[in-house]
Amino acid sequence: MQRTPLYEAHEALGARIVDFAGWAMPIQYPSGINHEHLAVRQDVGVFDVSHMGELRVRGAEAVPFLRWSTLNDAGKLRVGRGQYSMLPNDQGGLVDDLYLYRDADDDFLVVANAGNVDVVDGQLRRLSEGFDVVIEDESERWALIAIQGPGAALLLERLSNSDLAAVRKNQTVDVHVGGCPVRLARTGYTGEDGFEAFVAPADAVAVWDLVVEAGAAPCGLGARDTLRLEAGFPLYGHELGPDTNPLATPFAWVVKDKPFFGREAMWGVEPGKRLVGLRLDGRGIARQGYEVTDERGTPLGEVTSGTLSPLTREAIAMAWVRTSHAEPGSVVQVLIRGQAVRATVVVPPFYGR
Amino acid sequence: MHTPDSLRYVRSHEWASAPDDGVVTVGISDFAQDQLGDVVFVELPDVGRQVAAGEAIAVVESVKTASDIYAPLAGEVVAVNEGLEDAPEAINAAPYEGGWLFKLRVDDPSAWDGLLDAAGYEAVAEAD
Repeated sequence: MQRTPLYEAHEALGARIVDFAGWAMPIQYPSGINHEHLAVRQDVGVFDVSHMGELRVRGAEAVPFLRWSTLNDAGKLRVGRGQYSMLPNDQGGLVDDLYLYRDADDDFLVVANAGNVDVVDGQLRRLSEGFDVVIEDESERWALIAIQGPGAALLLERLSNSDLAAVRKNQTVDVHVGGCPVRLARTGYTGEDGFEAFVAPADAVAVWDLVVEAGAAPCGLGARDTLRLEAGFPLYGHELGPDTNPLATPFAWVVKDKPFFGREAMWGVEPGKRLVGLRLDGRGIARQGYEVTDERGTPLGEVTSGTLSPLTREAIAMAWVRTSHAEPGSVVQVLIRGQAVRATVVVPPFYGR
Repeated sequence: MHTPDSLRYVRSHEWASAPDDGVVTVGISDFAQDQLGDVVFVELPDVGRQVAAGEAIAVVESVKTASDIYAPLAGEVVAVNEGLEDAPEAINAAPYEGGWLFKLRVDDPSAWDGLLDAAGYEAVAEAD
């Protein structure tokens, strides 16, 4: 298993380490997933997300290339900002979801999921033929630390001795923390305000330790998953995949009406199903793959993710259902260990904002 | 790992208290609750149900996974821990006390002696 520069720091904090996409990552620390989750909702938490991959796309034709190869419109992305996007395949589905940062007119950093870096890299290289661009894998050059929660800005202002009030959502800013250069992006995957800090691997431990000493609760992949699900964000391998038409999801806004690779297979095709949020009666957890039916037991689709919301204590899930049952308020059933549990279609996020 | 000497254990990580008038209390071990992480939901058997040793009769669900709970001995379910419905986290906080799952009137109280003792169970758990 690969290790991030923070592996020893996680061990020292008593983390439980698991294999995630070939990386030895903390799933939780001794205080547990619920505690970590609530720390982020109510105060501030810190996550090691250094396993994410970074690809540099640079060149005179970086914009037309990224407009062709990704679903959002990289041409609308201003220098110093970030943009959520997706990489389509030629079957109407997805290779990965991405974050793009524009560092200069002709210079973008593409952040991909750990398990998908190589396929993303391969597809971008194939599609780059004929474009004046160079693609480099910079994954080894970056550690990534997410500082998330309502207290994140104040904590980072103190540590960096800088004013972050003017930094807008999706904007980046260069600061120093403990003498280490840090690029902060006001982005995240929790539904809270927060930042993702790009740092050199050699500086990762110093920055992490300062953030933890300043009061951020160390949080593992378990809380990262419950937080993103409560916020209604997708996870590749669950809500998104090679067979997922993004136009049938709440994330259809990412797909901009312009020419792009694989457009014919995706655009104007009615998948007959929609990705929706579910709120379940009772507290049993609807897990990935569990069947969703109508009230007579007729199959409608299946669950992609589910958990018990640590905040509201309600069982929540995302699921594919046939379009006939995709309207908010529709009543369906989820089969949990053979028992039909009533659920209502809702629009995420699953908690009040 | 905390493993009281007064209890007996099975490989599937349940504990059973010494028979008291033929009734044993059953829960999951400290090792098991630690492996599961935060428990969020418990499905308990109906009182009055006859169960065989090794039969899956309950489910303990954590954020991470749903885990079947097996009857360590044959008998009849005579009580369940209804407090777990509102406070399943008691399984994490006190797996041998407030986090107990159900009580069985066992068919053969002497079978309890044949279960794993604390040292035997710890050896099994460490090999897991």
